[in-house]
Order: sequence, then structure tokens, then C-alpha cells
Amino acid sequence: MTAEVRAHSEHDDERPAWSLAREAVPGIALENPLPDRVDREWALGGATGKGVKVCVLDSGVEVDHPAVGAVAGATAISLDEDGNTIAAPDTEGDLCGHGTACAGVIRSIAPDAEIYSVRVLGAGFTGSGKVLLAGLRWAVEQDYDVINMSLSTTKKAFSELLRDIADIAYFKRTLLVASAHNMPVESFPWRFSSVISVGSHEEDDPLTFYANPDPPVEFFARGVNVEVAWLGGETITATGNSFATPAISAIAALVLSKHARLTPFQLKSVLYLISSNVGGRQ
Amino acid sequence: MSDDLKAAVAAGVLPAEERFAELLRSIVEVARSIFHARASSIFLYDEDTDELVFAAVANPDEQSLLGMRIPSSKGIAGWVLSSRTPLVIDDLKNDLRFAVDVAEQTGYVPQGLMAVPLLHDERVLGVLQVLDRPSNSRFSLAEMELLGMFATQAAVALDLLASARRARAALDGKGDMAAVARVAAALDRLEEDKRAAGLALLRELERVLS
Repeated sequence: MTAEVRAHSEHDDERPAWSLAREAVPGIALENPLPDRVDREWALGGATGKGVKVCVLDSGVEVDHPAVGAVAGATAISLDEDGNTIAAPDTEGDLCGHGTACAGVIRSIAPDAEIYSVRVLGAGFTGSGKVLLAGLRWAVEQDYDVINMSLSTTKKAFSELLRDIADIAYFKRTLLVASAHNMPVESFPWRFSSVISVGSHEEDDPLTFYANPDPPVEFFARGVNVEVAWLGGETITATGNSFATPAISAIAALVLSKHARLTPFQLKSVLYLISSNVGGRQ
Repeated sequence: MSDDLKAAVAAGVLPAEERFAELLRSIVEVARSIFHARASSIFLYDEDTDELVFAAVANPDEQSLLGMRIPSSKGIAGWVLSSRTPLVIDDLKNDLRFAVDVAEQTGYVPQGLMAVPLLHDERVLGVLQVLDRPSNSRFSLAEMELLGMFATQAAVALDLLASARRARAALDGKGDMAAVARVAAALDRLEEDKRAAGLALLRELERVLS
């Protein structure tokens, strides 16, 4: 039971959930108080991502790729004629290579994280925006701890729907990590404050990442000339915010494996405090 | 002025489609040169068929590719189109599947490629690809920025091309309006003196009609 619910339930019939009676104050002790000093040792030391569910919302993930290993679940999202979401077991793997690349980055940083693939791309361009929305909504319903979105949409009509889903994720403690666009265009959901948005730096260390004092891009992670998993068990060298994003997803998974139940707000604060230009340079 | 009449006048003075094709080809040739790449191409997205169509190719030997089509679900170009996100890949080794879009058509299998969506407002019009930069050069964020600038230029050209096609399509089956387009086109081609005289004549016509 969360602190918020506890505070409310004691006075169910008397007060709405958005007020706090004086006598209810002890009931909202924080589950995850941060220590006086948050550093990389506290946040990441010894962490492997074990027990943390990370979803790769992308083009699928190749089965048994040596750089990815076991995938805990794979689902393909499509829409029926009436626009209803169909979530079926994904038997095709990756249709492009990109989702496998993202999964490989996550595995390389958080080796024990549980990786789930939710395929929203690859069935052609028509309807891809709607499938993306349906896939994200479905993924948020699955209670993954982290959802990696190395993609975005420029469709303004989708922005409010995406924002609603992002807010739902935020309040149910699912962290959305989204690629900032590499080009000067308006796209979503990375611009939302409820998600963590990621751009690229040019350095080689996968654990080096920087907080950006000038958002909407909030963090920069390794995204240039990254060796990533690709189709056919191969690895390739690739560049793009697409590959910086799973680095931050994986680092968030490391933190969550040591400090379960951090809220996205707390997690973003921890990432800020241990970023290479704030508290820690490794 | 009615929309049909506006379209007629616009279609009359718009450059021919070949001029836009020249612009697109110029963009891919400059892109190829700047990045010291082996080839560069632009795919136009065809909404009616959900396919990508070769709209410009930098290599003179590969002009036969123009008009060739691939499904929008295939390969890197398809992912870039759907995700609206640029991607740069080097060191592809022998994996052909990644480049099925290009390789199946040309028999040419690149070792690396840059692919960037062509975005105009909230629409994605196509994909710009640059194939095989020098293998010893390390990609940088500055190059990504440059690639984005080329993509913006190409997207504007594609948008103009699409506008011209729509304007011409609006004239199909409308003989009266087509005549206006021809007058506008003829006027646009005239020498300065004759053009002034033509405009004066039109103004008189306008006075009589109104």
C-alpha cells in the first residue's frame, strides 16, 4: 500500500485524497528517503539490474543474440480493423536490427536486467503512429520498471495522447526514457517533463553521462560510434541518440536494482546527482 | 480567387517537375561530396502505396534506380521513416539483411550508411541516405548536424515537388482552368517588354470582367 493511499484510507469518508490531516502525517513516511549524500557508490555500486524489468519499445529483439542473451518476453503490437490493440507473442524477432541494438546496450550495462521486447515498428509506415501509441499504452499497463523509447513522432495530434500515457507511467512508477531528436524538429514524447530525454555525447565510456542545464534534453549519454548488436548475431558501429537512450535506461535499471520503488521523480534526481558533470566522473 | 483558379495560375508558373528532380539530385551530389561518400540517394514516401520510391541518386551509373520502389516496412530506410529518427551505421561486415532496401535493387552492398528522415512540419516526406563514408573516418556529432541540415533542405525541395504535383493534379479534367494555367505559364516565359504588355492586357481584361 502506498503512503498516499494509507493517508487517504484512514479518513476515507471525511476527506478527499488530495488533503492531508495533521494526524495522518506520520502515515506518509517516505519509502525511499535519499541519503544525505547521493553518490555513484550509493546509487550504482555492485548493481547489476537484477530484478528490474526493462522494456524495449522498438522494432523487436533478435532471439538468442549473443550480445543480448535471454529475452524475458516478446510481444508484437498491431491494430485490428476497429483500431483495437492486438498484443500477440512476437515470433518474428527483429525486423530491422534497431531494437536488438538497444537491447544489447542495456544488457552490456545492466547484465541481469530482465529485458522485454514490445514491437511497434516494422509493419510498414501506414498507421505506425497509432501502433506506437497503442504499444506504449500496452507497455505501461504491464508495469515494466523502465520503458526505453529510442523513437519519437512528429504528429501533433498524438502529442496529448502521448502526454497522458506518459503521466500515467510517471504516477505508477514506470520510468519512460526517450530519445531526443537529432534534428531541430518538434517531436514527442521526449519533450515531456514526465519522461527522461536523452541526447548523445562523443566519449567512449558507457557510464559517463552528463546532466544538461538547458533542457528539454535532460541527459547526454554515449551515442557516437557505439558498438551495438545487430541482426544475424552481428555487431556493428552505430551513431544516434537511439543508442544513448538505452544507456540511460540501463543506468536507471542499475539504480532501481539497488533502490527498488524509487519514483521517476526521485530517479531523475539521483541520475542528476551522479551525472558526470555534477557528482561523479568515472 | 477560387482555389481552382489559384491552383491553375500556380501550376502555370511552377517550374517543371524536372527542375525539382534536378534540385534533389544536386542535394544528393553535394551530400555525397561533403561526406566523401560513395553514393547518396533520396527516397520519397508514397502514401498511396505505402512504399518508398527512389527520387534522386547521386551516382550517374545508377540513374536507372529512379522510380524503383521498396516497401516502407523494409530495412533501415523503413525504420528511419517510421521512427522519424536519424541513424548512422558503420562496419556492417557481411550482413546483407540490414540493407535489403538498397542491396536488393542495386547489387551494391554498402559497408556503412547514414539515413535521416526528411521532415517538413509534422509530416515525414521521405529518407535521405548517404552510403559508404571513408571507412577510416570516425563519425562525429558535427557530421550528424550537417546531415540534418541537408535533410532539411531536401525536405523543403520534396515539399515543393509535392505542391507542384498537387497543383497540376487539381487541373486534371478542368479544361477552363488549364487554359488559365497556360496563359500564366506563357506570361511567365515572356521577355520583359512583352511581359509588361501582356500584364497590361490582363489588367484591361480584369477591368472589363469586373
